[in-house]
Amino acid sequence: MSEFEKRRQHLKNMSEEDLKKYFWELCDKATQPLVDFAAKHTSPSIERSVLLRMGFNSLEAKEIVIKINEAGLLGKGAGNVIYKLSEKMNISCYKAGKWIITEENPDLKGIF
Amino acid sequence: MSLEPKIKIDLKEIFKDLDKYTPRRKGWTWRKHVDNLKMHKFTFKDMSEPLKNSIPLPAAKYFENIDPQPDCVITTEIASGRFEDDIRRMRMAAWHGADHIMVIRTMGQSHMDGLLEGTPEGIGGVPITRKQLRATRKALDLIEDEVGRPINFHSYVSGVAGPEVAVLFAEEGVNGAHQDPQYNILYRNINMKRSIVDAAVAKRIMAYGEIFQIDGAHNANATAREAWAVMPELMVQHAINCSFSEKCGIKKENIGLSTVPPTAPPIPKMYYDLPYAVALREFFSDYKFRAQQNTRYMEADTDEATITHVIDTLISKMTSADIQSTITPDEGRNVPWHYNNIKGLNTAKQTFVALDGLMEMIELKKDGPLREKIRELKERAVLFMEEIAQIGYFEAVKKGMFVDSAEYPERHNDGIARDPEGGVGVNTICERDIDYIAPVSEQFGYNNPEWKTIYEKIGRDTFHNRSKIQFIDELDQVDTSENRMQKLLEDRKNNVSSPEVEWHGDGTVLVTLFFPEEQAVAEACAIQMALSMNLKDPEVVNSAVIHPCEGTYVEIKGKTDIKIDKSKLVLPEKDKTLSEDEIRAYVKENGLKVVAATVGEDEHSVGLREILDIKHGGIEKFGVKYLYLGTSCPIEKLVDSAIEFGAQAILMSTIISHNDIHYRMQKRLHEICVEKGVRDKFLLIGGGTQVKNDLSKESGIDRGFGRGSKGINVASWIVQTLRSK
Repeated sequence: MSEFEKRRQHLKNMSEEDLKKYFWELCDKATQPLVDFAAKHTSPSIERSVLLRMGFNSLEAKEIVIKINEAGLLGKGAGNVIYKLSEKMNISCYKAGKWIITEENPDLKGIF
Repeated sequence: MSLEPKIKIDLKEIFKDLDKYTPRRKGWTWRKHVDNLKMHKFTFKDMSEPLKNSIPLPAAKYFENIDPQPDCVITTEIASGRFEDDIRRMRMAAWHGADHIMVIRTMGQSHMDGLLEGTPEGIGGVPITRKQLRATRKALDLIEDEVGRPINFHSYVSGVAGPEVAVLFAEEGVNGAHQDPQYNILYRNINMKRSIVDAAVAKRIMAYGEIFQIDGAHNANATAREAWAVMPELMVQHAINCSFSEKCGIKKENIGLSTVPPTAPPIPKMYYDLPYAVALREFFSDYKFRAQQNTRYMEADTDEATITHVIDTLISKMTSADIQSTITPDEGRNVPWHYNNIKGLNTAKQTFVALDGLMEMIELKKDGPLREKIRELKERAVLFMEEIAQIGYFEAVKKGMFVDSAEYPERHNDGIARDPEGGVGVNTICERDIDYIAPVSEQFGYNNPEWKTIYEKIGRDTFHNRSKIQFIDELDQVDTSENRMQKLLEDRKNNVSSPEVEWHGDGTVLVTLFFPEEQAVAEACAIQMALSMNLKDPEVVNSAVIHPCEGTYVEIKGKTDIKIDKSKLVLPEKDKTLSEDEIRAYVKENGLKVVAATVGEDEHSVGLREILDIKHGGIEKFGVKYLYLGTSCPIEKLVDSAIEFGAQAILMSTIISHNDIHYRMQKRLHEICVEKGVRDKFLLIGGGTQVKNDLSKESGIDRGFGRGSKGINVASWIVQTLRSK
């Protein structure tokens, strides 16, 4: 008996409809952990995409995220870091982002 | 700004004010089906709204140039590396029915951590940047207005900058994109965790942009040694991306499966590919289908590719395709050339038009080998999915479950295995803290509820406040579209033209040769031939053995730097055709008689009857009296009859052109008329598919009418000539 024959025994009497339903149930089981994993994590690209949406250009976003990552603050969210900094320095978010770029060793940890 | 069919697209105008350009819409557009579309004498069942401007199939000239447009969207991929040249090709493609234009990224862009800017030249694709997207979209706006149907613009949201690319695409009105983390993981060796995390955010943004998503599963076909063995796995890959995408927010109707009939002749293609196509469509009935054409087994022979693509399209017809993608027939031998995009498009259009209404007449059998194979594929896919659901996706990839060349559950253990803790971008993700905030809209995943307050406070984001978007023009001031375009602008100014296949003035030509030699000798002969023709860098792009020693077919490409001065060209004069009323009025007043025959040992009569008969729109329609002497008519008899009938013109038809018999016959007609002293009494007219006017005149007659001539052309010329006498 082929491997396929052996393994298909529980499927062979299923209707087409049930087989399809079962396929999608299994798929749901396979993808849910991926979605949950993704929801809890972030990445440099995600944070750059946040900064782009906040109005930074790609060059600015890149440098800012590098510095925030170096400061170990990616898990706070790059946009969040910039916002908190802007509050603390009483400047606009855009200026806060620029400050991070120009400052050689910006002290970011202090804002949390 | 708008386009005029006879005026070249103004590229300088396209690049003007791009910093202020705003896309006119977002999201995907489908074609509009028309029930029982009437065109010429025919009723079409599966066609959509016709175009305002288009180029129909060659045979359309027999049917009032109708150009029925299939229901499904038709794709072409255009990415030569210089998108300023691609814009011209996109216009040509749109005229041939493309309404989905895909731009492949330049080599390596998927591994670039961040966005590119400006317009540098690409390799095997185009650097996708904001400026490139805006310029292309702006050109497509004009092109879609010209042809009268929206054009979907498409590129790729993958690699290690997926979320940023998705933001860019949503902002710039890109209509479709490939997005499938499995593609990154399996084929780009990007770390799987990073890919999944990025993909979720990218997909959510694509959902906002209403960007139609296509997956990357078909790449398994292109990679696996035995492409048909991966069919169960492909169903699994499709399902994972569909389900994952939906959970990230993309609507079902914006999720498409990228599917390819996996085999090609000499495999009994239909026996493998049809059950697979049906199985997919049954399992994925809620999603859209982007049917691709086979590339796995296509190499240098463009005819072979075209025939396989026709069969692929037949499978689309018998199952379904929301989007029919086309592959250029030359893709196996070079980066596609201008006219091969058109050939690919016409393959799809011609096939669909030919198959219009097919499924009203046939149906797929509900039992027998088709249903058995469908069931087997589905069960194998279910078993595959069972294993993944049990061990988890990351573990499955680690084990090398994917792209194994055996049909699951059989295993060859030659699949692509990836380490969850390896690959490009490993260890770059981190957990979101409890106070993680992304103060922007459309952010997938955990976001501390405080984000909304901040979002409003900082004036929202680029999706809801477009003025926040920054436009970068160029980073490198040398390698730019505008600089590369100078050559084109200069040539246009100097009124010169040179051959091209990809880029303006690339000088590439293709020469087709046959040598009565064995393959290796024939190829060497072809290279020498090209060098003797002053072609630089000659290269055999295809050769086919016609017989082991009697002959070989060779296609050779080379480069020329010849520029043709258009001001020195002598173009054949075009006849001014009189209106039907004008011709009729002249004939009524002055009368007009002609005699006509097919001469020599030539039995062809169709062409001449079309010139003569009223029912074909022939000269009889205008009141011309004609005497038709039939076929194989001796020339002497033709002249004698003309004298007797009192004709003003003699119409002589010749189809056979072997050894220039047609011109020799024309010369004979002229000579007999001279001998009989009646040359000045008759206008002597020669017609036939191989007849050229200038050579006819050299033969001594007054006028030659070649392929495509109609009764009105002949009548108009006779009337104008008689009037001027």
